[in-house]
Amino acid sequence: MSLYFTKEHEWIRVDGDVATVGITDYAQSQLGDVVFVEVPAKDTQLSKGAEAAVVESVKAASDVYAPVSGKVLEGNAALVDDPSLANSDPEGGGWFFKLLLSDNHELSELMSAEDYKAYCDSL
Amino acid sequence: MSDSQIRLPLDAWHRDRGARMVPFAGYSMPVQYEGIIAEHRWTRESAGLFDVSHMGQILAFGRDLETALERVLPADLGVLKDGRLRYSLLLNAEGGIIDDLMVTRRGDHFYLVVNAGTRERDLQHLNRKLPGVAFDHMKEQALLALQGPKAGRVLSRIVADVEKLSFMSGGMFTLSGVPAWISRSGYTGEDGFEISVPAREVEAIAELLVAHDEVKPIGLGARDSLRLEAGLPLYGHDLDEATTPVAAGLAFAISKRRREEGGFPGFERIRRELDEGSIVTRVGLAVEGRQPVREGALVVDEEGSEIGKVTSGGFSPSLEFPIAMAYVPVAMAGPGTDVRLIQRGKIFTSRVVPMPFVPHRYHRTGAAQ
Repeated sequence: MSLYFTKEHEWIRVDGDVATVGITDYAQSQLGDVVFVEVPAKDTQLSKGAEAAVVESVKAASDVYAPVSGKVLEGNAALVDDPSLANSDPEGGGWFFKLLLSDNHELSELMSAEDYKAYCDSL
Repeated sequence: MSDSQIRLPLDAWHRDRGARMVPFAGYSMPVQYEGIIAEHRWTRESAGLFDVSHMGQILAFGRDLETALERVLPADLGVLKDGRLRYSLLLNAEGGIIDDLMVTRRGDHFYLVVNAGTRERDLQHLNRKLPGVAFDHMKEQALLALQGPKAGRVLSRIVADVEKLSFMSGGMFTLSGVPAWISRSGYTGEDGFEISVPAREVEAIAELLVAHDEVKPIGLGARDSLRLEAGLPLYGHDLDEATTPVAAGLAFAISKRRREEGGFPGFERIRRELDEGSIVTRVGLAVEGRQPVREGALVVDEEGSEIGKVTSGGFSPSLEFPIAMAYVPVAMAGPGTDVRLIQRGKIFTSRVVPMPFVPHRYHRTGAAQ
């Protein structure tokens, strides 16, 4: 099981061909109280970098992008029901969607946990 | 943080309290401390302390002051008693709103509180229109707001007589040895006070207030969600120079005598709108679903043509659904009317609801209901 990060403050946990995607603790803290989440429907085809989900805080709307390409297996219904999970458990129960990866090579373009931490420190 | 922003007198105090600072109207201001929703709810249930020192506090001195000010404000200052506040508007020649403000009679002068972003433009307008009046922008004065159902009990522990103030009245008090102009007024819909003190004293006063368990510091984020729930317009968003008082639902700011007599800019247009109505009007909307519809979204008809616009919107922490203010054609202004919105290519359903969305709880006494 491997964990990667993006500059857009998404995390992606990969287990074989299945990736789980969410926003990082840094992202949720920047957003503030999350009041609305929209996740992609099952079977949606996503290309790397495409708009995959929407997360809205009290102050603003933000897009969540697909960090890699794949087909959506599941959007997190619990998160849609309780958007505050994105704040209280962003890297666990607040996951946004699961993807069936279509190109594992794209993972090499993502950041490791160490690189992401360094990136956040530089902001 | 952008270093080109002006720092408020309480800047260090905000940062010490974990505030997230953002640029607003040229100032670096706290948008939140613990979180917007928590701060919003705290204010509705207890007492929130807001730093509103960015707002322009202006003193007006001169001869025939009332007559002079009535040339720029559509208020009846003759009936405004000492210590009383009135909501008013600065208007342009087309009847559009230059700013909204509070005007208070204070003995031999008037005290105005205007918006931060419009302060310079307001002063230019006032000085140009009224060269015989001395306008003093109180640069060394800070302004705090203590708002919420417990604000009165907290403040009266420190300043005994303050409980006697009724909504929209104020007076000079001594607050912990500091001369303070305190009015019972605010921008949240709750009972509360606005406290004007010298900037060099404001940190001690803020410390004194948050020392009470009932009080927490509140940021701009919650200030915005509170005023939205209270149905209060925000200049630069719900009001601008192209918006007239009648369209904005602010005809009450034009005093009865002034509606007949005029003598303020834009009277012709405003008189016409008072008689015939405006084309669009500001309404409150309850949005279906959970996704907020925000400023910039359009009001559309069944064909998708633009017929109005959303000027404020967001999630209501008290009601737990999205609310908005929008300008719609007057025929659609009745409560219960379905209003279709488009935001980023997505259609939203909403319906007109009366404002305020959350009832006001002002401390009115006697005949001033």
